[in-house]
Amino acid sequence: MSGGEDLTRWGKWEPVIGVEVHVQLATQSKIFSSSPTAYGAEPNSQANPVDLGMPGVLPVLNEAAVRMAITFGLAIGAQINRHSIFDRKNYFYPDLPKGYQISQFEDPVVGAGKLTFTLANGESRTINVTRAHLEEDAGKSIHDLFPGASGIDLNRTGTPLLEVVSEPELRSPAEAAAYFRTLHALVTSLRICDGNMNEGSMRCDANVSIRPRGQSELGERTEIKNVNSFRFVERAIESEIARQIEVLEGGGKIERETRQYDPERDETRAMRGKELSDDYRYFPDPDLLPLTIDETMIEELRAALPELPDAKRERFVSTLGLSDYDADQLTRDPDVAAYFETLTNANVEPKTAANWITGEVAGALNKAEQSIVDSPVSAITLSALLARVSDGTVSGKIAKTLFDTLWETGGGGRSRERGRDREASETQDAALAAIDALIEEKGLKQVSGASELQALVDQVVADNPDQVAQFRAGKEKVLGFFVGQIMKSTQGKANPKQLNELLRETLKA
Amino acid sequence: MAQKDSSNDLDSALANGCVADLMAGLEQRAFSATELTDACIAKADAAKPLNSLITLCDEDARGAAQHIDEARASNQTPTSALQGLPIAHKDIFCTEGVLTTCGSKMLSNFVAPYSATVVERLRDAGTITLGKCNMDEFAMGSSNENSFFGAVKNPWDLNRVPGGSSGGSAAAVAAGIVPAATGTDTGGSIRQPASFCGVTGVKPTYGRVSRFGMVAFASSLDQGGVFARTADDAARVLGVMAGFDERDSTCAQDTADELRAVTDAGLEAPTDKLTIGLPKEYFADLTDELAKLLDDARAVLEAQGHNVRDVELPNTRFAIPSYYVISGAEASTNLSRYDGVRYGHRCENPADLNDLYTRTRSEGFGAEVQRRILTGTYALSVGYFDAYYLKAQKLRRLIQQDFLGAFEDVDVMLAPVTPGPAFEIGNLTDDPVQMYQQDIFTVPASLAGLPAASIPCGFVDDLPMGMQLIAPHFDDLKLLQLAHQYQQLTDWHNSRPPMASAAGGKS
Repeated sequence: MSGGEDLTRWGKWEPVIGVEVHVQLATQSKIFSSSPTAYGAEPNSQANPVDLGMPGVLPVLNEAAVRMAITFGLAIGAQINRHSIFDRKNYFYPDLPKGYQISQFEDPVVGAGKLTFTLANGESRTINVTRAHLEEDAGKSIHDLFPGASGIDLNRTGTPLLEVVSEPELRSPAEAAAYFRTLHALVTSLRICDGNMNEGSMRCDANVSIRPRGQSELGERTEIKNVNSFRFVERAIESEIARQIEVLEGGGKIERETRQYDPERDETRAMRGKELSDDYRYFPDPDLLPLTIDETMIEELRAALPELPDAKRERFVSTLGLSDYDADQLTRDPDVAAYFETLTNANVEPKTAANWITGEVAGALNKAEQSIVDSPVSAITLSALLARVSDGTVSGKIAKTLFDTLWETGGGGRSRERGRDREASETQDAALAAIDALIEEKGLKQVSGASELQALVDQVVADNPDQVAQFRAGKEKVLGFFVGQIMKSTQGKANPKQLNELLRETLKA
Repeated sequence: MAQKDSSNDLDSALANGCVADLMAGLEQRAFSATELTDACIAKADAAKPLNSLITLCDEDARGAAQHIDEARASNQTPTSALQGLPIAHKDIFCTEGVLTTCGSKMLSNFVAPYSATVVERLRDAGTITLGKCNMDEFAMGSSNENSFFGAVKNPWDLNRVPGGSSGGSAAAVAAGIVPAATGTDTGGSIRQPASFCGVTGVKPTYGRVSRFGMVAFASSLDQGGVFARTADDAARVLGVMAGFDERDSTCAQDTADELRAVTDAGLEAPTDKLTIGLPKEYFADLTDELAKLLDDARAVLEAQGHNVRDVELPNTRFAIPSYYVISGAEASTNLSRYDGVRYGHRCENPADLNDLYTRTRSEGFGAEVQRRILTGTYALSVGYFDAYYLKAQKLRRLIQQDFLGAFEDVDVMLAPVTPGPAFEIGNLTDDPVQMYQQDIFTVPASLAGLPAASIPCGFVDDLPMGMQLIAPHFDDLKLLQLAHQYQQLTDWHNSRPPMASAAGGKS
């Protein structure tokens, strides 16, 4: 393995990092009430009396949230606890209407499991996941909108969360970020979370401490709360490690406290005020029954597990011959993987498909700030285009132009069905027909006829005796001049490979 | 002439307070729903000194009554056997659009945005809500002296307490304001006031009646129940209240069909001869008078062919401490939502968040509520959890096991409800712990989740007293049948306090 991360860059200090990730489960309604969970609604328009903690209301557990939690547990090979308890976690804050959060304390639904991730250098690491439990999300506090007051939006109150807790086995900021990223790929491919970081669908708390290398005792830890980007997780932990080293080497002591990462300043700050008390007075919630899970449900969910990112990545490498890098890129997002497989199933060469997705498609998506499910160029359409490149109808370069056209017009004139439904209704034949029509319309068919090309070659050779002489004298680069000339006269439609061959043949003589 | 007759029928029916008679009277057009409702409203006005109601819903009630009369006039079939029955709800049940205070300053401005399941079901069954009954604040109390809206007086003696926490409901029924009223019982809050006020009070099996919309005091103990003059009346109303509700996760998955059938048909005596147990721990220190009343009751039941024997419930002595730890702990968190942020009382000009919480809650809660929140918080806190909360739950399990064991030998138990009759207002307010001892006979059945009822069984010092019947889980019907049989053979439940006397009533 080349170039492993340098874990000695902190001198005598060794960081110890554990991560708690709050995953918002993609259920239709909240974990204990029937309110919708959709993001972006008017403040306080998605909070019913149960969410508001009105007098006399009671929680009722959402089965879908339980199923998603079990699915996650199965995917990380974890113990599924047949018997788990919901507890009240008591503290006062305006975005917590009941004055307690319903969570799981000593008996979570998912027990110990493992998560394997790959570092930048290709090295693989397996981290123990301590547990994952269900709980309800709190609302949002907005401190800067109303002068002299804070606004409380309770739409988010009661959204189901799965809190995934790792053992403190991560050894660097890069590892923590890779772990977070892998967890993201997993929960999105399981379709239990939409993975939308901007909307706060996954939030990471990092527990960071340092100790002299070789010491088994852990140092005092601080908790960096609510980081919702992979990059920020890495930078936040990096800056916190540096801060702790500075404190300890200056003879100070680390305070156990919660901190927040400020990306503008690239530093962590102690959170203002102690909004959380140390003693949550956990006890089993008497309004909810113990959660009992039967074997039938577990087996049903096990059978329904999709191919997990690891297995998919393995398969892409071993069966489809992709590089580790490409396989990793394509399995981060289940929708990207699906798009890729539609291409390969339509007989596109895996490497070609990978290149186009990570190149043209990714570029266009990034520019339009869209995700691949909303791509105006469907995988079927792209596969048809690439089929015409493969059979020589158009050159690769021309194909890129056509791709841009297709992007603008929304996929060869087909109706704009969004998302996954579209794939089902398109056929390969229809897509090919559409591509052919477009090529015809634009007159972009590659010039590949041997006689046609030969005629052009003969012409350009006859017209440019100096360059012919230069080439024959050994200046290889002059070939480009001839290619350029013919490309110009054919508006780029000459088949480059054939052209090259014919030129060399002709000039040899 | 006809007018006077009908009003006599009405007065007579109201004074006797029998639900079946009232329903028959409405059915046969002896009087209209409006007349019945008006009569109850008049009674409420006359009984104002009792302070049993916090809110009188006279306008809504009259509107509902008129609606029913119109439906009857156009020969629409009645919606249920309780159509037109005026009732009152303990102010702990959320009633949409109506003030719901829980007897507290904290909710003195709270108009509920939705109705409790119990309220909805009774409304759908055609009952008319006459008003909301006074109660000990957040159901914490045994005398109804802890209400922000003032103490309730016992109709039998206005210097005495009606009991608590459902004191207003018990007094309203005893005074003849309404034939039936809902209440809640957490450690005795239906049974004890029923005993003090000489009415029948029923606490069903835990899980029979939905707690949705019933403001929570102690979640694992609270149960909605009913006050009425007779077991038959109470059972008819309970039949509508009980049954599975998907909005309450702790509700039993049971449609309560056998209770529902009683709403139309009424109760019968038990078909079998029962074995009745007397838990000896409950009879250890009774006054002679109370011991005599219970012995007379035993004799009545024995004469019907039931067997009576002693049983033992050895862990009874742990019931009060266990109850007050568990209920306090649950209450301490159930009441955390009262923070002045979204509804209810809010202090003026809070300086910051902490000030908002501190002053809102100090102003909004009375002394007893604050006391229980503090002790409950203590029992759950780090370092004390095992010694108090956990230990109390273990004791609770033992107490329940005592009952389960005894019920292998007996079908029902007979026991006292209260150590003595109603005490004077102000007598026990200086000694909270002594006040807690009032619950000594009622708390165990609550901890075990068992159905239990208080049935009038005599007088001590001219004040009514009740006897307690306790049955196994989900044997509510058997318990009610036995009570019904007892009431067919005795007359105690027909006694009326002097202030409620009217044509046909005894005083």
